[in-house]
Amino acid sequence: MNEDQFDALQSAAEAGIDTETLTVRTDGETYDFVVPEASYTGLSDDELHAAARRHREYVTEWYFWTEVAPEPAQRRAFIRWVEQADDQSVPERRERLQEGIRREWGQLEIQVKLAEAGRRVYQLHHIDDSDERVEDLTVHTDPHEAREIRKSDEDGRYRPLSTAPTLRRGWAFVDLTPAALVETIETFYPATIANWHREQEGELDVTHWHDAVTRQTGIYGVVETWDRGEGTDHVEWVAEACCADSQCLKRREWEYDEETPLDADGGDGTFPCREPCSLVVSAARKWTRIDAEESRTYEFELTPSEKEQLEELIDAVADGRTEEIREADFSDGANRWRARFLRAKLFEDGNLDGVPTGDGGAAEGDH
Amino acid sequence: MEQALVIAAHGSHLNPGSSEPAFAHADRIRATGLFEEVRETFWKEEPHFREGLRTVAPDEVYLVPLFISEGYFTEQVLPREFRLEGFDPADWDSDGTTADHTTLTAADVGKTVHYCGPVGTHEAMSDVIIRRAESVTGDTEVGSGVGLAVVGHGTERNENSAKAIQYHADRIRERGRFDEVQALFMDEEPEVDDVTDHFESEDVVVVPLFVADGYHTQEDIPGDMGLTEDPASGWETPTVVDGTRIWYAGAVGTEPLLAEVVLERALDAGAADSTSAARAMEGTR
Ligand code: SF4
Repeated sequence: MNEDQFDALQSAAEAGIDTETLTVRTDGETYDFVVPEASYTGLSDDELHAAARRHREYVTEWYFWTEVAPEPAQRRAFIRWVEQADDQSVPERRERLQEGIRREWGQLEIQVKLAEAGRRVYQLHHIDDSDERVEDLTVHTDPHEAREIRKSDEDGRYRPLSTAPTLRRGWAFVDLTPAALVETIETFYPATIANWHREQEGELDVTHWHDAVTRQTGIYGVVETWDRGEGTDHVEWVAEACCADSQCLKRREWEYDEETPLDADGGDGTFPCREPCSLVVSAARKWTRIDAEESRTYEFELTPSEKEQLEELIDAVADGRTEEIREADFSDGANRWRARFLRAKLFEDGNLDGVPTGDGGAAEGDH
Repeated sequence: MEQALVIAAHGSHLNPGSSEPAFAHADRIRATGLFEEVRETFWKEEPHFREGLRTVAPDEVYLVPLFISEGYFTEQVLPREFRLEGFDPADWDSDGTTADHTTLTAADVGKTVHYCGPVGTHEAMSDVIIRRAESVTGDTEVGSGVGLAVVGHGTERNENSAKAIQYHADRIRERGRFDEVQALFMDEEPEVDDVTDHFESEDVVVVPLFVADGYHTQEDIPGDMGLTEDPASGWETPTVVDGTRIWYAGAVGTEPLLAEVVLERALDAGAADSTSAARAMEGTR
């Protein structure tokens, strides 16, 4: 505890301090001072000072949470969550903070340590860089620099969905204040803190699929036409395709509508998804169009292995596995030479088995 | 009371450059310290319009659309997505270019939102267009002997998109600085394809009134004007087309001066105070 903190304590005592771990009151002449393991009454100024020194961890904690931790409630609640403040007593927590506490938020690992005068300093890096030394990472201190990191994946491809599990590695944000930590997280994963906090408070405002697509007008009106009371299979497929943890780290909380939950797994993410995102709505628009086509019967000749290979190919693309397949792994149906062989054998003028698509395929009249 | 500035921009699922102007202008305004917080929000990126307001602390918000014209986005999408209760375009009492601001409450967060007109129709935008002409020619006096084309999309979902282009072309023409000023469009007459037909001057500066560079400004327009066969490989500035030197500037929205138009919109709606704002902006130049 330093003198500034004591002065703050003494002046706050005028209005009264009444938290779970510290109570200080004054009648204008003497002070009462209460912490979990001791209680004093009728203290003079000097005695108050002595009591505050004796139990300084409670005073510095009080000071941190009233004067340093950021407003508003959602940010403060997040800072408390980071150090699991609600689950431990002040001395326990301070002991753990000396060593450093680590928490995960999506693909981010937050590390908090106790600094001088009860302050906290935070570090943020990729969860897979947990064991890296800071010297080996690119160090940042300005929260807005997270924008550039967020923008593209390890291969330089644009990431339109910030919560896709494709955050690149190799960087660290260091020496962050609580406010800067919040800002950095908000830059990596916008609005996740606000929505997580709403959920904690039991106030998450979920907009379910049906309401979300009905709201969309203009060019998105087409999505609405898909929502034509033919059951919810189509929405199950959307959720399964886009919202699984392998695709997005938010935990999907939206369903078809209030009464109709989806079977698709919403994921185990820490922070919720409260409404179909713009990317999902855009993709759904495409599926609406192609799904409106009538199915028809085509006849192809395939060997059993060729049929299986087609299935393997679709799986490999859907699981983002094509890059990992070794050049000479001819046992894998999605191996490039295997795919090229299949094309050489089965395609005629770009048509599978030479069978024309006929009118209305997605390849024509669409871009 | 603490105030936040929230910028609403389109963004893109495909083009990472689309959001750059929003970030750049926000950074500049943030550096002035005039607002407690400055937040960029998007239709296609994050935070989405739907969730932008809950990410800022202040209960008073100045919401400025980084859009060129009044219409579908400013009248339907933004009010709906930001949940501006009771918004009625008639409250703006606009003729298509004169929306300034209206004050509403956002239903999900209960914040007071001063909803401003788009940057594109603010009168200060004329200065940004001129600044753009100066920077592309490298001549701070550019005007005499030079034609200026202000280029827009034309009739998109709303006739107002052409009005904004016409509005600035008229204003700049009235100043008499350029020999000729013309509004040209991508998909209506007079068309940008025939740019040289519309000017007599030997030098013509072409400024597209778009917020961000993208397909329209980097491929369509340079291709249509005949600056290059292959827009992907770029073009010379200037390029001679049918004997006219064309000085083609990228999207006007990338001009740093646009940050001041964003700020002007908020000031017009009562944010901060304008003297300290002017001084603060000086400091970021
Ligand atoms: S809709 Fe699905 S993909 Fe989009 S943010 Fe939510 S959980 Fe992620």
